[in-house]
Amino acid sequence: MTIINTSSAVRVEVFVDTVVSQVRRGSRFAGLFARVLANDTRLSAVLDTDGTLDVVQTVLPAGERQFPSLGALVPSARWYEREIHDIFDLEPRDQGVIDPLVFARAPSSERSRSGSGFPTGAAHLELTPLPAHLRGEGVFTISYGPVRSGVFESVEYVVETPGEDIPHLRTRPFYKHRGVESLFSDKSVDDGVLLAERCEGVASVAHAWAFCAAVEEIGAVEITRSAALVRVLHAELERIANHLDSTIRHTEAAGQAVAYARFSLHKERVQRLRAQLCGSRFGRGVVVPGGVAAAPLLNVVQILSAIDSLELGVSSDMRLIMDTPSFVDRLRGTGVLSGALIDEFGALGPLARGSGLMQDVRWRQPYGAYAFLAQHEMESRVEGDALARQRVRIDEIAGSFGLIRECAQLLDQPHDSPESQWAVDVPPSSGSAIARVEAPQGELLSLVEMREGNLMRVKQRSASFHNLALFSSAFPNDILTDFAFIEASFGISIAGVSG
Amino acid sequence: MTWIPRGLRDGIVTSRYPRESDGYGPDFRGSIEVSGQSATKSELADVLLACPTGAISLRDDKATLDRGACILCGRCTQLLPAVFQFSPNFEISTRRRSALVVPVMQESDAAIAAVQIELAARVKSLRRSVHIRHVDAGSDGSDEWEIAALTNPVYDVQRLGIYFTASPRHADVLLVSGLGALGMIGPLQHTYEVMPHPKVVIAAGVDAISGGLLHSSYATIAGISSSVPVDVFVPGSPPSPFGLLHGILMAVNLLAPRRADAARTFTARSVDSPESSDS
Repeated sequence: MTIINTSSAVRVEVFVDTVVSQVRRGSRFAGLFARVLANDTRLSAVLDTDGTLDVVQTVLPAGERQFPSLGALVPSARWYEREIHDIFDLEPRDQGVIDPLVFARAPSSERSRSGSGFPTGAAHLELTPLPAHLRGEGVFTISYGPVRSGVFESVEYVVETPGEDIPHLRTRPFYKHRGVESLFSDKSVDDGVLLAERCEGVASVAHAWAFCAAVEEIGAVEITRSAALVRVLHAELERIANHLDSTIRHTEAAGQAVAYARFSLHKERVQRLRAQLCGSRFGRGVVVPGGVAAAPLLNVVQILSAIDSLELGVSSDMRLIMDTPSFVDRLRGTGVLSGALIDEFGALGPLARGSGLMQDVRWRQPYGAYAFLAQHEMESRVEGDALARQRVRIDEIAGSFGLIRECAQLLDQPHDSPESQWAVDVPPSSGSAIARVEAPQGELLSLVEMREGNLMRVKQRSASFHNLALFSSAFPNDILTDFAFIEASFGISIAGVSG
Repeated sequence: MTWIPRGLRDGIVTSRYPRESDGYGPDFRGSIEVSGQSATKSELADVLLACPTGAISLRDDKATLDRGACILCGRCTQLLPAVFQFSPNFEISTRRRSALVVPVMQESDAAIAAVQIELAARVKSLRRSVHIRHVDAGSDGSDEWEIAALTNPVYDVQRLGIYFTASPRHADVLLVSGLGALGMIGPLQHTYEVMPHPKVVIAAGVDAISGGLLHSSYATIAGISSSVPVDVFVPGSPPSPFGLLHGILMAVNLLAPRRADAARTFTARSVDSPESSDS
C-alpha cells in the first residue's frame, strides 16, 4: 500500500528514460494511467521494485494531446497507452494508427468531454473493420465474437489463419465497455465500493478490498483483526469459485460431461456457501471502507463442516480429472507461454505462476490478515502450458481451503472490543494512494484520489486487463480447436478488461 | 468408466422447481419486500437519498421500490427495517416494466390479461422445447456465471426442455444480460433480427432492465429495452439462477400452478454433499 506523492513529477522529456531505466534495472512495469485535470494532464507509471510500488509521474501541459510513448521499449505498456487513447483521446507519440482496445468511438471533433477528461453524453460508436495483418495463399480471417457460441462475456477475437494454425490474433474487448471508471468521480466512498464490486463481478470481493484498502490508507485507518479475517474468508471463497470456473470450462471444452456436472455442482455449493455467509452469492456488500459490513452469518462449526465436505468433493474429483488422459492430453503442451515472455510482460496471477514467475501479492507483500496467517506460498510451475496453469489453480484451491479453515478458527477467538469489531470509521480525508490485492486473476491495483472524503479519480487495474495482452502470444504451436482450452486457462473476465 | 460412478456419488441433487417449491436457504437475498408500514417524512427522505440507484420513490407518502433498479445493496433495510426487508423470494420476474415497482399499483385486470394472453399466444407453439440464445450486452461478468449455472445439476434446465443454443437461428428466447453498452447494441439487434418467429426477449438483471448502478455512464443506453422489445424482466444484481429460471418459464408460459397435493411426499433436497469417501 503506497501513498502517492504528487510533488515528485519528472519532466516530460525524461519520463520515458526514467521508466525504462527502472524497468531495465529489474522493476516490473505494473501500469500506466492518465488523470485529466482542468489545467494539465498527469501520467503515472506504476512500477514494482522489489515488492515496493513506485510511481513515476509526469505532467503534460493543458491542451497537449500527445504523450511520450513507452510502448516501443516496454511492450506491456502498449495496452495501457491504447486504453488512455480510447478513453481520454490522448495519443502516444509515434505509434501510428491505433486500433481501438477498450472503447471505439467517433473522431475527436464530435465529442464533448467532462472536466476529468471522460467522454460525456452518449458517445457515438464507430466500428471500422480491421485490415488484415497477414498475406499469403489461403490465409483468411475469422472473427470469433462479440456474440460467442455459448454463455460467455462479449469479446471479439480476430483470428487470421491458413486453416488450422493461429499465426495472428487480435483481441477486441471494447464492445462491452461500460465506462465504469468515469462514474467514480464525486461519489462517496460508500458508493465507490458498490462501483468497485461491479468493475469485474466475478472478483467483486477483491475489487472491493483493493478499493477499500486504498481509502483506508488515505484515511490512515487500520481495520480490526476480525474484519481482516472475514475479508480473507470471502476472498478465498471467491478464488475457489473462479478456479473451479476455469476447470469447468476446461471440462466442457474436453467434452467431459460428468466432470463438467461434478465441478459445476461444486461451484454451485461454493456460491451457496458464500450466500449463506453474507446473503450474496458473490460476496457483495461484505467489504466496506473500514472493515466488513457484518459478522459471517454462519458460526465456525458450520463454516468448517461446509469447507470439509466441499474440499472432500473437490479434491477427489480433481485427482480423477488429472488422471483422465483424454482431459490432460488436451491441456499438456497447449498454449505455452515461455518464462522469458512472462517475465518481459510482468504477467500476473496463475498465468505467471504457471510459467515459473512467482508473483503472488498475498505472500510477497502480505496485506491484511495474510500477514499473520500461517499458510504460505505455493510452488510455481515452469512448463508454461494450460496444464501447468491448471495445476497451479488446483494447488491454490487447496491453499484457499486451508486459509479459510485458519480464518474460521481464529475468528472463534475474539480479540477486538465488540463495538468496533467489524468496521471502524474512516474520517473524510484527502490524498492519493495505491493499494493492491491478489484477486483470483492476479494482482489487482486500485488507485484512489480523494478530497475530503469524496472520490476524485479511481482506477481499478485488473489482472485480466494486464494478462489478456498476452493472449495473442499464447498460440505458438496451437490450432483452432485448442482455442477454448487456452481461453479457459487464462481465467479472465472481459468486464475487468473493457472497463 | 471411472467417471460414471462418480456422477452417481451424491445422488439426486436436482431441484424440483417449479413443480415444487425449493428450499433454497432463508439467508439468500432474492429481493427486497416493501411493507405498507408508514414512516416519518425525514426517515423517508434519508432513505431516498441513501439509495445509490434512485430505486426508491414516494407514492401517497409511502415508499415504493423499483426492483428494476434495485441492486440489493441493503442500505434501505438498515435505515428503515420496518419498511424494507430482505426476502428469499426470487419469483419476482414480471411481464411489465411497471409491475417491478413494489408495492404493485393495481392496474386494470384487462391490461394485465392482455399482456399475458398476447405472450401466451405467441409462445404456444414452443411447447416444451425451448432454445435460448444468450447475449452479453455489457455485464459485469457475474450475470454470465448465474446464467451458466442453469446447466449445472442443481438447476439442470434441460429437464424442463430448455436448452442453450449457439445459433440465433435455432433460438426462441433471447436472454440478455448487461446494461446495453453502445458497442453491443448492433450485435444485439442483429441477433434479435435473425431469430425466427415466434421469439421472446428476457432482460436478465437490473443492468439489462435499467442500467443499474451504471445507468448514467457515457457508454450505455441504460437498459436494453430501447433496442430490443423486452417481454420479461428479471430483477437482481446479478439475477439468481432460480430468478432466471422463473423468468424463463414465465416467458414461455410454462409456469403451471404448483402441485398442492401431498400424495408424493416432498423431501427437501440439499445440494450440500453427503459424507462420501474417495472411491
